[in-house]
Amino acid sequence: MPIAADNNSKFSAYAHPKRLVSTVWLAEQLSAGATSDGSLVVVESDEDVLLYETGHIPGSVKIDWHTDLNDDVTRDYVDPATFAALAAAKGISRTSTVVIYGDKSNWWAAYALWVFTLFGHEDVRLLDGGRDKWIAEGRELSTETTVVPAPGTYPVPERHDEPIRAFKDDVLAHAGNPLIDVRSPEEYSGQRTHMPAYPEEGALRGGHIPTAASIPWAKAAAEDGTYRSREELEALYLGEAGLKPGDDVVAYCRIGERSSHTWFALKYLLGFESVRNYDGSWTEWGNAVRVPIAKGAERGSWPASA
Amino acid sequence: MPPALAEIVDDFQAIEEPERLQLLLEFSKGLPELPARLTDHPELLEQVVECQSPLFLTIEMEATTGDAPPAVRLYFKAPPEAPTTRGFAGVLHEGLDGLTAQEILAVPDDMPELLGLTRAISPLRMRGMTAMLGRIKRKISAELKTR
Repeated sequence: MPIAADNNSKFSAYAHPKRLVSTVWLAEQLSAGATSDGSLVVVESDEDVLLYETGHIPGSVKIDWHTDLNDDVTRDYVDPATFAALAAAKGISRTSTVVIYGDKSNWWAAYALWVFTLFGHEDVRLLDGGRDKWIAEGRELSTETTVVPAPGTYPVPERHDEPIRAFKDDVLAHAGNPLIDVRSPEEYSGQRTHMPAYPEEGALRGGHIPTAASIPWAKAAAEDGTYRSREELEALYLGEAGLKPGDDVVAYCRIGERSSHTWFALKYLLGFESVRNYDGSWTEWGNAVRVPIAKGAERGSWPASA
Repeated sequence: MPPALAEIVDDFQAIEEPERLQLLLEFSKGLPELPARLTDHPELLEQVVECQSPLFLTIEMEATTGDAPPAVRLYFKAPPEAPTTRGFAGVLHEGLDGLTAQEILAVPDDMPELLGLTRAISPLRMRGMTAMLGRIKRKISAELKTR
């Protein structure tokens, strides 16, 4: 049984308001005992693999973007059977309402949500503002190990990548359609190939995919880590990036995590039907043989032969 | 490998993967605060950019009595919301702080791999720890050249 949506007024302006919940809503659901029977499962997904252990929302479970959701031999996400086993072990059933939150304005939480969506999990939502907002409001944290009330019932799902995931060849075929590059301006221009103060992941070339608009992911987030209002998001993506309603959009970053945050904004908050995340992103494109790039602050253009 | 560090490596290797994460968490809690002379002068610390979370470190050479070589003191700063990074720093602090330059320079570069954490925390995150050890050794070598 799906849990009722959070009907606050900020959310109701979004295209799919039920994809977000507020800290107030979550606190009420927790008090009402919604997590006691697995109808609601709260998932924390952070950049730091040990952050959950230092204190988490009471009753929440941890899913790590790297060690739980990635297959370590194929550079792909886990297979459907592994995903089903993971979900069941965390107390998640196919019909559960899953609310995901995390550090850094939900950047990794959005990534986990996107992976849940690859497996067609229907009711998966983000906690607006994530971990930082919950803590800033002085809400309860727990270091106790969460005891899952009962393993979830999760039949092995089918994974449908096509609607929301773009591969390199899809991006080449996408030439002429809008692309959003969500990395820092220095990565976009080619001045650097990784995030400031982050590990060098080894891209041979610096720059961006030709014609991509540069909208760093964090522009979609307010200071408290919540998503900006619909009006502000429209100014950003329809105004600055120049998207038009109905556009087919591909977003990318370095490995696909930051662009999940943007994917969520475009897909659920602004209501673009066709938005794909190119998770190969710059670590693939920057190294790929015979694919063109553009350098500098200008969007550039596709070479005639591409 | 210096005895204190070898003991830490043994402790990690003696337990299963999930407990290794817990042990790393304990090390993150045990990382000492910076002395006031450094908290007041953040410019004296150097950032290890290879770490996913902000980590700053510096070394100092502390004179010892008699003809003994100076002891290398290690200082780290990492925010509480970066427990993995703090845990690595805690391991290096407990294993290396107060040793001589030669003892630290002799630590194998791939020592972090011996903790058996690569799969539990991912190779990407392991890189930060290797970079941290590398930075300490580079700073010591640079310091020795000035003497």
